[in-house]
Amino acid sequence: MIRYYVFFILSLILLQACSQDSPADAQQNNAGDQDSPRISPADAAITSPVIVYSSRQEHLIKPMFDRFTEETGIEVQYQTGEEGPLIARLQAEGEMTFADMLYTVDAGYLWTAADRGLLAPLESEVLQNNIPAHLRDPQGRWFGLSVRARTIVYARDRVEPSELSSYEALTEPRWQGRLCLRTSKEVYNMSLVATMIERHGEAAAQDIVEGWVANLAAPVFSSDNLVLEAIAAGQCDVGLVNSYYLGRKIAEDPEYPVALFWANQDSSGTHVNISGAGVTRHAQNPQGARRLIEWLSTQEPQEMFSELNLEYPANPEVMPTAIVRDWGSFNQDQINVEAAGRRQAEAVMLMDRADYR
Amino acid sequence: MNPSTVLASSTVGRSFGSLPWKIISYLIAAIVIIPILVIFTQWGTVGYGEQAIWQHLFNTKLDRLLLNTVVLLFGVGFGVTLLGVSLAWLCSVCDFPGRRVFEWALMLPLAIPAYVMAFVFLGMMNYAGPVQTALRGWFGQDVYFPNVQGSGAVIVVLSLVLYPYVYMLARSAFVAQGRQILDAGRILGKSYWQAFFRLAIPVARPAIVAGIALALMETLADFGAVSIFNYDTFTTAIYDAWYGLFNLAVAAQLASLLLLFVALMLVLEQKGRAQARYIQKSSRNLRPYQLRGGRALAASAYCTGIFLIAFALPFAQLVLWAMEIVAEEFNPRYWSFLFNTLGLGVIAALATTVFALMLAYVKRLPGAARERRWQGLAIRVSTLGYALPGSVLAVGIILSFTLLDQALVSAAREMFSLSIRPFLVGSLFALVLAYSTRFMAVAFAPVESGFERINPTVIEAAKSLGSSPGRVLRQVYVPLLRPGILTALIIVFVDVMKEMPATLIMRPFGWDTLAVRIYQMTAEGQWERAALPSVTLILLGLIPVILLIRSGRPAQI
Repeated sequence: MIRYYVFFILSLILLQACSQDSPADAQQNNAGDQDSPRISPADAAITSPVIVYSSRQEHLIKPMFDRFTEETGIEVQYQTGEEGPLIARLQAEGEMTFADMLYTVDAGYLWTAADRGLLAPLESEVLQNNIPAHLRDPQGRWFGLSVRARTIVYARDRVEPSELSSYEALTEPRWQGRLCLRTSKEVYNMSLVATMIERHGEAAAQDIVEGWVANLAAPVFSSDNLVLEAIAAGQCDVGLVNSYYLGRKIAEDPEYPVALFWANQDSSGTHVNISGAGVTRHAQNPQGARRLIEWLSTQEPQEMFSELNLEYPANPEVMPTAIVRDWGSFNQDQINVEAAGRRQAEAVMLMDRADYR
Repeated sequence: MNPSTVLASSTVGRSFGSLPWKIISYLIAAIVIIPILVIFTQWGTVGYGEQAIWQHLFNTKLDRLLLNTVVLLFGVGFGVTLLGVSLAWLCSVCDFPGRRVFEWALMLPLAIPAYVMAFVFLGMMNYAGPVQTALRGWFGQDVYFPNVQGSGAVIVVLSLVLYPYVYMLARSAFVAQGRQILDAGRILGKSYWQAFFRLAIPVARPAIVAGIALALMETLADFGAVSIFNYDTFTTAIYDAWYGLFNLAVAAQLASLLLLFVALMLVLEQKGRAQARYIQKSSRNLRPYQLRGGRALAASAYCTGIFLIAFALPFAQLVLWAMEIVAEEFNPRYWSFLFNTLGLGVIAALATTVFALMLAYVKRLPGAARERRWQGLAIRVSTLGYALPGSVLAVGIILSFTLLDQALVSAAREMFSLSIRPFLVGSLFALVLAYSTRFMAVAFAPVESGFERINPTVIEAAKSLGSSPGRVLRQVYVPLLRPGILTALIIVFVDVMKEMPATLIMRPFGWDTLAVRIYQMTAEGQWERAALPSVTLILLGLIPVILLIRSGRPAQI
């Protein structure tokens, strides 16, 4: 038995030694690589890799990070994971953290991270020029990099676009038994309702949510895909989804029987959320993180956001990819996405009270 | 009567050099327990915000959540017992066509992650799915179909993926007791069914209950499957508080209530079992009951049906999806996912099983009554990690390891004026310990129920012949415990490979596993793209099963 213990401990140590590609090691490796010809003079100072905690998934970020490394010679390492544990880890690690940059797919999480003092403010002219004011933190601690629009979708054969107008109008009796929604536990719905509270006040927002719940055709679904499939199958006629989910369906099947309607174009504009990033307060390599975020706001990576996940570029100068362009341009809700984070807890409680599950 | 209390009072017991064993075991217990205790410390934070959230929960949905959770526990408890015990009985004491295959094939659903099963089930059964579409085609638009997101559906799905726990544990108990006990009952004039319920089941009770406890703890910890059905439970409320209300303290407080509930249930069960002890007699090699005619057919059909629904169909669906995307998904990096997964599974299974063995063994070393009570409590707590939702436990682990890291860093600075970076969090070492925390219950249950069946006289004989504790463990316990240890290794191996939240947050940079890959795909709702890693995961889960068959001892699993 002793033999087994020894074997076990040895194998652990070995694995540790082989695999621990710790950032400290990587820093040394990179330092030895300083005379790499790719590094332009402006970047000469940044030799260590940028370490990113990301809740955005690998296949959506890696292509961009690879391009960044190609262009600047700055290496990027990333740890992907769920927002909650990532932020908890960042907080627990305090000033000893490895992370230089936090990247999440929802403004609410960025707002929380900033609220807990985990992000450092960034004065950047590049970002202020490239990213519209409503898509970034007023104090400059995080910046939206891609835009996800949550809007109305409808069954082509059973609904006329002229019947549709706004999120609020989905409470009308004519939609009784015809509406499908995703669960209120999804952060996209939380931020939609949070901005409604910001705009209409709590009582009016609750009336709207209760109106939706009264019109539901089926118990709420756990994903936007299921909402789209329910509409396509005839279980309901209208729903609310993020546009890229429909984009994926249309990419697979151009005849998909569900179409998109830009909500609230005559009033407040369509609700948008962001994926975005900020520099961590205790970053070891704040300059590298800053370079990366600034670079992500420029032409090529902005186009990649749109191509990789059919989202909208945050930079208004950049055109989205073809499928997305077919939907035409739309007016975004100009309320700062920061409100979605600030009012998220209120929104969750409101939806509980309205029995929106 | 506990055998070791007998020993404690005997002269043999006193001269028994057990201190080093105890020290090591207590150290293991401490490592496993601390992340769980960290969750409880969150009660230190009850400010205005926390109070408001608690008030809100009471006012809106707490009653519904509790009712849902209780319904789920009873339903899944009933489902896994029915499936697990009946299948285990058929495959261990009876013989019918196909039994040799079912023996191991019925373990396979263990390798299917619950959320994968849930997703496949919902995809097939919901309004837009093939079943209801076909029904509407035949019977018109208004054909009735039960709610596919209701408690019934969730119970069915969880029972199908969790019954192998009961099956495996009950089977090793049934194999150990053989048909002897049933024959005794028949000789005493009982009917077959009476003998089964009055004799066979009570004797196997510790094993069956251990299996049910595992299934129910996993039910409580499950977030993936219930959230696919949007079925609100206590666990979804934990995530609501954390992800929705941004309040980790309330989330941890809710989680700790969950743990108290589990601990209470486990203690009640222990009390209910009271002093009853059933000791294993070597009874192998007895001929099983040969089922014939209709009965044999019914047994084969039943096993086939369960195997199809719980494994073959979902697996086939996954394979279909996987084939669509294999070309774009498969690349050389895939091999590294595979080896990472395997390596972690093997190491964590060995570590956790050895830890569990030590904890179960130290319970049996001589000690004073007070010490014994503390041991009992410590072991209880160390198995609670399995009932915690994965991400919550992951936070407990992160908090305890960063504290340790900080202590080490500042110690190095002050004592040796060395400047080092934290190295525990994000190391494989910490990840393996995290798995041990999470899966201690899974390894402990089969090992412990193996210990309980061992006749104490054998051990006393060994001790009175002057064997040291290490030698008793090595040469007496381990060979007798072989079936239990193998069960523990397999279940932990498979569970570790499926584990997601702790792996995500604790893994070293760039160290991806198949489960991480599945998460990355499903996080964006692209379930079909997750099919390839899911299929690979399930195939890896087959490896231990195949090894067992090749070693020629499937009967002892």
